Amino acid sequence: MEFLHALLIQPFADMVMEPAFFIETLVKGLMAGVLYSLVALGFVLIFKASGVFNFAQGVMALFAALTLTGLMELLEPSGMPKALIVILAIAATIVVMILLALIIERLVLRPLVNQELIILFMATLGLSYVLEGAGDLLWGSDVKVLDIGLPTDVWDINGVFIEQLDVTAAIAAGSLVAVLAVFFTKTRIGRALRAVADDHQAALSVGISLQQIWVIVWSVAGIVALVAGIMWGSKSGVQFSLSLIALKALPVLILGGFTSIPGAIIGGLIIGVGEKIVEVFWYSVHGGAVENWFAFMLALVFLMFRPQGLFGDKIIERV
Amino acid sequence: MLYRETGQFKRNYAADQQLFPIFQDKILLGVILTVALAVIPFVINDYWSKAILLPFMVYSFIALGLNILVGYCGQISLGTGGFMAVGAYSSYKLCTAFPEMNLVFVILLSGGCTAAVGVLFGLPSLRIKGFYLAVATLAAQFFLIWMFNKVPWFYNYEMSQITAPPREMFGFLVSGPQASPTAQYLFVLGFLIVFTWIALNLVRGRIGRSWMSIRDMDIAAELLGIKPLKTKLSAFAVSSFYIGIGGALIFHIWLGTVEATEAFDILQSFFVLFAIIIGGLGSVLGAYLGAAFMALMPVGLKVVLVDGAGMAVDTAKHIEIMLVGSLIIFFLIKEPHGLARMWQITKEKLRLWPFPY
Amino acid sequence: MKLTRLALALGVAGLFASTADVPSAQAKYDAFTVPSLVYRTGAYAPNGIPVANGFLDYFNMLNERDGGIEGIKVNVLECETAYNTKQAVECYENTKNEGQSGALAINPRSTGATYALIPKTTEDKIPLLTLGYGRTSAANGKVFPYIFNPPGTYWSQATVFIKYIAQQEGGMENLKGKKIALVYHNSAYGKEPIKTLETLAAKHGFELMLLPVDHPGQEQKATWLQVRRGKPDWLLMWGWGVMNQVAIKEAAAIRFPMDKFIGVWWSGSENDVAPSGPAAKGYLAGTMHAPGSNFGALEEIRKHLYAKGKGAGEESRIGEVLYNRGLLEAVLTAEAIRNAIKIHGTTDIRGEHVRDGFEAIKLDDAAFKRLDLEGFMPPIEITCENHEGNGKIAVQQWDPDTGKWTVVSDWIEPMRDLVNELVSEDSAAFAAENNITPRQCN
Repeated sequence: MEFLHALLIQPFADMVMEPAFFIETLVKGLMAGVLYSLVALGFVLIFKASGVFNFAQGVMALFAALTLTGLMELLEPSGMPKALIVILAIAATIVVMILLALIIERLVLRPLVNQELIILFMATLGLSYVLEGAGDLLWGSDVKVLDIGLPTDVWDINGVFIEQLDVTAAIAAGSLVAVLAVFFTKTRIGRALRAVADDHQAALSVGISLQQIWVIVWSVAGIVALVAGIMWGSKSGVQFSLSLIALKALPVLILGGFTSIPGAIIGGLIIGVGEKIVEVFWYSVHGGAVENWFAFMLALVFLMFRPQGLFGDKIIERV
Repeated sequence: MLYRETGQFKRNYAADQQLFPIFQDKILLGVILTVALAVIPFVINDYWSKAILLPFMVYSFIALGLNILVGYCGQISLGTGGFMAVGAYSSYKLCTAFPEMNLVFVILLSGGCTAAVGVLFGLPSLRIKGFYLAVATLAAQFFLIWMFNKVPWFYNYEMSQITAPPREMFGFLVSGPQASPTAQYLFVLGFLIVFTWIALNLVRGRIGRSWMSIRDMDIAAELLGIKPLKTKLSAFAVSSFYIGIGGALIFHIWLGTVEATEAFDILQSFFVLFAIIIGGLGSVLGAYLGAAFMALMPVGLKVVLVDGAGMAVDTAKHIEIMLVGSLIIFFLIKEPHGLARMWQITKEKLRLWPFPY
Repeated sequence: MKLTRLALALGVAGLFASTADVPSAQAKYDAFTVPSLVYRTGAYAPNGIPVANGFLDYFNMLNERDGGIEGIKVNVLECETAYNTKQAVECYENTKNEGQSGALAINPRSTGATYALIPKTTEDKIPLLTLGYGRTSAANGKVFPYIFNPPGTYWSQATVFIKYIAQQEGGMENLKGKKIALVYHNSAYGKEPIKTLETLAAKHGFELMLLPVDHPGQEQKATWLQVRRGKPDWLLMWGWGVMNQVAIKEAAAIRFPMDKFIGVWWSGSENDVAPSGPAAKGYLAGTMHAPGSNFGALEEIRKHLYAKGKGAGEESRIGEVLYNRGLLEAVLTAEAIRNAIKIHGTTDIRGEHVRDGFEAIKLDDAAFKRLDLEGFMPPIEITCENHEGNGKIAVQQWDPDTGKWTVVSDWIEPMRDLVNELVSEDSAAFAAENNITPRQCN
């Protein structure tokens, strides 16, 4: 009886009794969700255009952030103003990520064209090993402080604390999605990308170069990884664990659908809010640290009703 | 020349149905079994047991199980680590609750427990497919690990790090620190031989064929009258049974102590999936080859880089990770059907070699 | 299946041919073997690197300056574990028979590896030094003859923290009605202090709030929402790796007073506070030894190694908290080897002799002076039945302006009665479960 009360009644009573805290939980959940979406976005971009479930996305975020901090350290002694260093380093990192995309396309994707999806998935896992080793080898394994001048203070709005870093992340994610939306709908390359996503063969037959498209998509995913790396890395310092954020993006992916950009955002928000509320308000039932599996369970429940995720392309099967 | 099959006639159905119809295969198998049973037990030491042979054999066992699910039935699962933990913890519970029970039964029963859990988490496979299913099985992974860390009943209200009590087989200790490497090796080898034989027969029988038809096209299979519910869940059950036994063997024989969050984390799931893909999906031999590749190559590389080339341990480790990653990509590109397929091609070449036309 | 097995079998045979020449009783050893299980890669590498460097530097310094111990060089065999138990087992098996002496002492540097190695090293008669981590009840040397966990266990540390809090609050009686939260790594390691804290909570009437954080701990918003909601008066943390950095940052973000936030000694290194910058000002952490590099032995390391370019890491990082911890591991190991030689009157020692050496460790102020480490830590004395060594524990505070930790409390004596009671209870259970008859100490 007591258990049922704690499970079914008390949490809701708490939500009503502590409205300010409930709102803060909601806000923090949304903010965490945005950060998950940032990682999930990179997955979706690549899956949409090439059908590759790119598990290396998390390691790419780590690699990008490592490169960024490494370059900033290199530029530090030059005596340039901080803002200039940051801009130069970010620009150089973007170049590195584009080069990486070129190499990956040439060495990994091209030889694996037309292979089964699971083979491609495994190849990206192999890729993540390579990047992991390379990042550590190049830049060392220490915790690196990443400070590109993002605000770190906290707003106190009637007792609801909101971190400015989180808001920055939300703005960054929002603008990324906006830019991607314009890129996908208004530019020639964007339309080519959508054509490829719809049907590889048809796209090929009207003269779209698959290889070129893949390089572009992986470059864009690399830049998304950089943004994710900056946002996560500003909080924890840049270190190996950053690569594990990929795991946080997986429930978001299946919930939102592998092929939908809005799905990644909305999935992230649902997961973020859901796991925070359950973790905080049902604490007395489970005793904490349930976020990891709860996110997957939540996604699983949604999948039972929509096996392709909320916004994923409908799976049509024919014999 | 070496693998010439000409002249090996099958005169009755029994001969046609045998597991190793080719004479050369029989010789090779005989040699391997002789070495495994009659040579290694006399020369094995702690290092070879704990660092090389036990990991290889245990992972072969688990890969065998996962291959049934992924390779034969086509359902991708990333919950392997969680199922291994079920095997380990249920064997711990059984072992401490019934101290008199023989370890073999403990391990078989814990395989049974894992099969039940596997069926439960296999239910979503009826509705969810492909990568969606793969990610959904992660729910099993994270939930099970959380549970074994959280609920004190599973670790007898002590530390969540469980330790295997000493147990004997035929008067020889096989678990616990005093167990001799030979006894441990033979114990695992026994399991491996028996269950490899069972797997070989399962996958070529009626049930194996129904798995494969579901893998190749589930709708078509359904139209042919194969029940997806029964088939998919049986694959989950058998696969989890193997994986659970593997987990129990890791706990009792190889490591002697495990903590769910560390020994059975998600990296284990990827590790075993790698093993079967590198080795060859849908091949019993592939499970062995893949496990050998994944379990032994890092050790080999370490020996070469650190002891051989004298590199600093951290540089060597980074290079080792990169090399493992590159080799994985290389093998995927070179032979997407895995090492087992390579062996098959080699065998075909050996029919004529060294005297081709 | 076939070829691999065959190759393996051949390999096995080959190995035996090569290891057949087991060292016989001959003249002096060329070197003592001291394996060092390190993790310079993986998620916990930022913490593993300074520990490994401190350990390596100290022995290399001894080799350079004194030609080793009693004229025999010490060969530190590093083996990379990536903080993974399976690799640690491989490392142990690989190094335990190396050299003429075999491994003289093992430093596993992870809780998981410690648990895996406890039965094995006991069987192989090699002492296992787990400095401030590992299995708490191993403090009972009668049940765990080869395991050493000086200078203090997690349980001792938990009692010290409560004592410190009581000091700040003005006495044990003021703990009544206070709320203390424990943020912990959700693993066997993080759960260690819970039992002790629960006992203390019942005894002194404070409320304990438990907040687990899952590995790796990159995202902890929910935990800190709980802190916001529960409004504890004091926060304790048993964290490791990225969890520490994020926790300190989140604590700052909810404006939790940093001088009421105490981390275990594995949550109190320069790495942990760096990403928070000035926000971490005032953060507290437990410590078993003094921070900083103003010690003679560290000067010697600079002089004999870094000046010649032989140092293991960067010179600027000598004296970091975790560097000093690695150094302390080496100091104790070296001291045990010296004692073993003295006790047994020979330099042909093996692991079991070094065990006796560990049990003769008695480091008072004079001994620390001899070791060029005056004021490095309070005295410890390891005996046959007490493997914890009765160390004292202090609380240190971080100041981001100077970039230094300073010890802000006295060296506090843990509540020995309580801890000993828990230790004997737990070790008795272990002995019963594993059919161990506790040995006699005289």
